[in-house]
Amino acid sequence: MSANRLLWPLAALAALIVLNVVVTPSFLELRFQDGHLFGSTVDILRNGAPTLLIALGMTLVIATRGIDLSVGAIAAIAAAVACTHIASGGDAITAMLLALGLSALLGVWNGFLVTVVGIQPIIATLVLMIAGRGLAMLLTEGQIITVSDDLYSQVGAGFLVLPIAILISLAALAGVALLTRRTALGMLIEAVGVNPEASRLAGVRSRTIVWTVYVFIAVCSGVAGLMISSNVNSADANNIGLWIEMDAILAVVIGGTSLAGGRYSLVGTLIGALVIQTLTTTVYTIGVPPNVTLVFKAVVVIAVCLLQSPRSAALLRRPARAEEVAAR
Amino acid sequence: MRGISIGFPGVKALSAVDFRLFPGEVHALMGENGAGKSTLIKTLTGVHTHNTGEIRLDGAQVSFTGPGQAQEAGIATVYQEVNLCANLSVAENILLGREPRRFGRIDGKATRARAAELLARIGLAIDPGSTLGSHPIAVQQLVAIARALTVDARVLVLDEPTSSLDAEEVAELFRILRVLRDDGVAILFVSHFLDQVYEISDRMTVLRNGRLVGEWRTEELDRMALVSAMIGRELGALAEVERRGERHSPGADVVLRAEGVGRAGAIAPFDLDLHAGEVVGLAGLLGSGRTELARLLFGADRADTGRLVVGGTPVRVRGPRSLIARGVAFSSEDRKADGLVADLTIRDNLVLALQAARGWARPIPRRTADALVAEFIGKLDIRPADPDAVIGTLSGGNQQKVLLARWLVTRPKVLILDEPTRGIDVGAKAQIQKVVADLAADGMAVVFISAELEEVVRVSDRVVVLRDRRVVGELRGGEVTVDAVMTRIAAHPEPTAVAG
Repeated sequence: MSANRLLWPLAALAALIVLNVVVTPSFLELRFQDGHLFGSTVDILRNGAPTLLIALGMTLVIATRGIDLSVGAIAAIAAAVACTHIASGGDAITAMLLALGLSALLGVWNGFLVTVVGIQPIIATLVLMIAGRGLAMLLTEGQIITVSDDLYSQVGAGFLVLPIAILISLAALAGVALLTRRTALGMLIEAVGVNPEASRLAGVRSRTIVWTVYVFIAVCSGVAGLMISSNVNSADANNIGLWIEMDAILAVVIGGTSLAGGRYSLVGTLIGALVIQTLTTTVYTIGVPPNVTLVFKAVVVIAVCLLQSPRSAALLRRPARAEEVAAR
Repeated sequence: MRGISIGFPGVKALSAVDFRLFPGEVHALMGENGAGKSTLIKTLTGVHTHNTGEIRLDGAQVSFTGPGQAQEAGIATVYQEVNLCANLSVAENILLGREPRRFGRIDGKATRARAAELLARIGLAIDPGSTLGSHPIAVQQLVAIARALTVDARVLVLDEPTSSLDAEEVAELFRILRVLRDDGVAILFVSHFLDQVYEISDRMTVLRNGRLVGEWRTEELDRMALVSAMIGRELGALAEVERRGERHSPGADVVLRAEGVGRAGAIAPFDLDLHAGEVVGLAGLLGSGRTELARLLFGADRADTGRLVVGGTPVRVRGPRSLIARGVAFSSEDRKADGLVADLTIRDNLVLALQAARGWARPIPRRTADALVAEFIGKLDIRPADPDAVIGTLSGGNQQKVLLARWLVTRPKVLILDEPTRGIDVGAKAQIQKVVADLAADGMAVVFISAELEEVVRVSDRVVVLRDRRVVGELRGGEVTVDAVMTRIAAHPEPTAVAG
């Protein structure tokens, strides 16, 4: 069942890679130099790390029937906090801890609006999506803050054979997978997402669970913001994490987790994030004019989502079966 | 309406029902849940189309293909929930879609004047320009009636109009209904409150299981006869149902005690003691407050008054968790909405409450979970016997057994079962009843709610009777018979209201 759900996203990923190889035959080539791996695929992993990290948090939020639109704004705030601190002479570790602390606090705010005040998640997080950019502007005083700190630039641009950023994201993915599947957290999150009232009556602490999930995604967003800003050694309040919420939500949806909440798939999200990032790269490499890239992206996403829907699956099944029989 | 039959795929909702409504009368349509009242009303108001039979209005045969047509023909409906726009003014609501126009634009002045006229007709003194949402629900309900009058309704259909009103508001509504009736409007009234039906109606039609039981003038049909007609049992002809073993007289141990617990609009304050090893049945018609009482005992809803005492210590109720922690379990009547986690497996659903009590950080070891699941699949005969089957795909009876098992694995001291046998087949029903009896024999206190009186009488040691959202009596030991329960349900409020 779950393998089946991952079929189309995997196919989309494979198709994108084939397309890239056709256009740029050197696409899959990897070079090993100065203890680093280089190549287009490595770039995709490095650039996709922030999206993957946020999509990871988004998977859990969506599993509880929620959504978080404020992730891009939180990323911008985290970057702004870290860079202003470093620019004013602070050390990188403190700067990053400050940034993540503030991110967590913003997550507490989102969680408060959703669980205690009872505002619909899409509206509750829209507040911070809009206001957060303003807060980031306030912190940077409207300037693009550039920093030069070796430790700080490691987060987004550093390598330990593979880019450090993707290692962080993959470690987070593995950590969350272990945490939710080895404890009862995953099952309780799904229960709250599928039927909140039944879960409440069964004694599940749904408020705590949902709240925690919003704090978690905020911290993920904060780390993602640090990665993006460290990669370019600057904090641009206007552009860091811009539209990343859309990429993250798309990654989750492509990965087969339903926006209606409930069953989720972390592996699906990983594949979804790779599809999104490969797509972005492809758009550049095959030379789609920049002004229509978003349209191109939309077409691919709609295609994948349509292919996954039960109705189109039923439509495809009949001819597909005939082919299977013929193949045997 | 003559010989109305309606079928939905797989179900016959109404079969050959005749119904007459005369101008200048209030006619009550009575029946238990699922008797076909709503279906009949929806046919009359054009929501459903009838398969056979005919509807005549003032002697002329009519056929509605939508609610709009029925309205134009002078049949107006006020539903249980107020279907108006709270953000518009009273006048706008009354004339929505029928506003007087001037040069193609809505004439605000004329709208208010016309609305004021209609409000005056029902004697409601409110400003037509005020926002509807600023008025209490009762007034909104009256505004809905005023709206019904804009079409010069000759037939006014009221579906459960009083369910959210208090006594004074009901009196006001009835005053208005009488005015309308004396103007020659034919009023069709549906309510679960017997007292109200007797107060306002001139004639009654009783339905049961989609069939017509009969039509009576209200003064010809006493409460007892009405209840038997609704439930479908002739008094005296009731064979006393067989019972397993003796009825226990309550032991000394009070496990759970409710002292003056109540919630405005849900149930009047009540006292209740639950003893270890007894089954207490809650009996009453639909809407009598059975479910509301049960939910308060579990902390699913917040009580306005009174307190709960479990095992001798008062509980500070902050939600279901407060009572779950003290060993109280509750299985809701609405399996789909409040019970199942439909997309998850039998295993996950079965251990949910136990896992929730342990917290997320202490998962139930897989082996323990599998053993528990296997034990209860065997004990309760859950089919399929596959722990990984998704619960949404199971039959109703098997889903109910999983939900029962969800609480049994927590080893509760008090088990509250609200309609545990609704909509499930006879075999599963008997199994659940047997489980309840066995649990009580093992020392658990069980609260058993069912709309079927025979079932309540069969499984309970003691029966608490509810009517019109209050506890009106209690029967114990040899007194527990279907006749006795029905007598209590049908009793006039004056002599027995104090007995509870």
